[in-house]
Amino acid sequence: MSADFLYGIEVVINGLMAGVMYALVALGFVLIFKASGIFNFAQGVMALFAALTLVGIMEGQVPFAHLINATFGTEIHHFGWHVPALLAIFLTVGVMVVFAWAVQRFLFRHLVGQEPIILFMATIGLAYFLEGVGDLMWGSDIKTLALGLPQGGARWLEDATAGLGGEDFYGFFIDKLDIVATGVAIVLVAGLIAFSQYTKHGRAMRAVADDHQAALSVGISLNFIWILVWSLAGFVALVAGIMWGAKSGVQFSLSLIALKALPVLMLGGFTSIPGAIVGGLIIGVGEKLFEFLIGPMVGGATENWFAYVLALLFLVFRPQGLFGEKIIERV
Amino acid sequence: MLYREAGDYKTSYPADSQTFPIAFDRYRYWVVLAVAFLVIPFFVNDYIVNALLLPFLIYSIAAIGLNILTGYAGQVSLGTGGFMAVGAYACYKLMTAFPDVNILIHVVLAGGVTAAVGTAFGLPSLRIKGFYLAVATLAAQFFLVWLFNKVAWFYNYSASGQISAPERTVLGIAVTGPNTPAWASYLVCLVFVTICALIARNLTRGAMGRQWMAIRDMDIAAEIIGVNPLKAKLTAFAVSSFFVGVSGALFFAVYLGAVEVGEAFGINKSFLVLFMIIIGGLGSIFGAFAGAAFLVTLPVFLKLIGVDLLGWPTDLVAHLQLVVVGLLIMFFLVKEPHGLAHLWRLAKEKLRLWPFPH
Repeated sequence: MSADFLYGIEVVINGLMAGVMYALVALGFVLIFKASGIFNFAQGVMALFAALTLVGIMEGQVPFAHLINATFGTEIHHFGWHVPALLAIFLTVGVMVVFAWAVQRFLFRHLVGQEPIILFMATIGLAYFLEGVGDLMWGSDIKTLALGLPQGGARWLEDATAGLGGEDFYGFFIDKLDIVATGVAIVLVAGLIAFSQYTKHGRAMRAVADDHQAALSVGISLNFIWILVWSLAGFVALVAGIMWGAKSGVQFSLSLIALKALPVLMLGGFTSIPGAIVGGLIIGVGEKLFEFLIGPMVGGATENWFAYVLALLFLVFRPQGLFGEKIIERV
Repeated sequence: MLYREAGDYKTSYPADSQTFPIAFDRYRYWVVLAVAFLVIPFFVNDYIVNALLLPFLIYSIAAIGLNILTGYAGQVSLGTGGFMAVGAYACYKLMTAFPDVNILIHVVLAGGVTAAVGTAFGLPSLRIKGFYLAVATLAAQFFLVWLFNKVAWFYNYSASGQISAPERTVLGIAVTGPNTPAWASYLVCLVFVTICALIARNLTRGAMGRQWMAIRDMDIAAEIIGVNPLKAKLTAFAVSSFFVGVSGALFFAVYLGAVEVGEAFGINKSFLVLFMIIIGGLGSIFGAFAGAAFLVTLPVFLKLIGVDLLGWPTDLVAHLQLVVVGLLIMFFLVKEPHGLAHLWRLAKEKLRLWPFPH
């Protein structure tokens, strides 16, 4: 096999791995959209906020230290303790649940029955708010997430495949973290599917997704389900935040992965969990291959827009995405 | 007592269908224009013009443009930043290619170029609706910014990748470049704002505006009663992009002078203009002005309080600003989904009955 072809395969594999990361973010969108019809633009910022909180708790940072110092002239930064990773993750999940409750109580309860586009804009406001709060609480410097996840390339894979392509080929380079992320994503999706299929609350969640009024009439509390769904989305955001944070540090750019997840959603359809995953894989492979094959001809950095244009062209032919519910319009 | 139709008899058709049917509105309008044109230019300094007046005027044009598309025609666009970049780069290319032509003509032509680009990106709106369209317009945003970054022809192969406006004059007075007097750049923008607002106001009152609103309220029903969705949607995209392009050209040439595309016309600009029309009021020309004024003054105001009064560091105030803007957006959507323009409308209703409300 020629080296170029093998490099192409490597690009495809890395694209698949990147796609898994996109799908992780897209999952959170789908969960909320299915259950409440809210297109949650704040999902990426939630991932950032969750990761910031996790780091902050682990390091024992004082929340709002910067603000307190500026107001009272004090010099506090840390409590002086370190919280073990597992406990910190539990605490962060707790914070995300409180956040879910607050969002439901103070924002979306007052917006019931509004047009979807108004709800969408409210989540943009929420994204700004949460971004500001995250920075105020934990500071805006780049933080490293020391969870002990494996880093760097997988050497054994590189060595094992080095012989395939002759002189010019040095073996497949695949980030260990991506492999872990793929495993985590599989577990997460399996868990979500099991939850929604086999538990009482999961069934209630699906009932709400099907029809709000019918669900209400059989005694399901919409309020509780929405808090549950936002908490789940917060948990998914935490997982995505951990993975992306371990990859590139916990910093502002983490919130931009939401923008990456949007074309994934368009491609897969807003209402489909398998769609989010297949869409993520298609976008991941597509943009990596495009950058590999066409990128050098047009000056590179095509990853910024390729996903959007692909999704746009795709939607022109299939307006509801790959797995989305057929759009039926009535007057 | 002053603000009512009673006793204001119209004796001709033009008088009956004029822009402001209530006499008090007309007088108020002329007073505002007179103050803006004849008083303010004599009292401005560099700081006021650059920090408040120019951004307000320029964002007003962009907000009017986006309001036509989103507020009147119901097509949500997140590509405003990209279209502003088209206006800026079109203006730059025209300014450098035809140095002898008046800059004002270039700005209008830049709007025309943007209208063409906007119409092309508006084509998918015939198939894609709602959120899907909102995300699809992001394609325009990211693709256009990337294009202006990568293709050297657009920035005339300059080493820094930036574009900077050469000095151009109107009636012998510099309006672009470093030697521009503050009042001149203010007046140029004011002229464009006035004309744009007048055009927008009358377009939205007319047949075209009613078609847009029919499409917004329910596009299938509109199609059945004889509105051509192709024509209505594409004209909305074209007109909206024209205004956005003009504002982009002014933003680059008159306001900033030198521009790096990713920084000046990034996704944040799209959101900023969107916030302006949400806070100001969707589907209202006055709302575009109110929203622009609000979001331009808010950071200045916060900085005044936070940095100068309380002595907080600037980065803290910047974060606080995000929180405040986010909270305001949510507050407005919960309490007043129709924006500042609705408050204004309510005030006018009250004024009509004053002083005998029953």
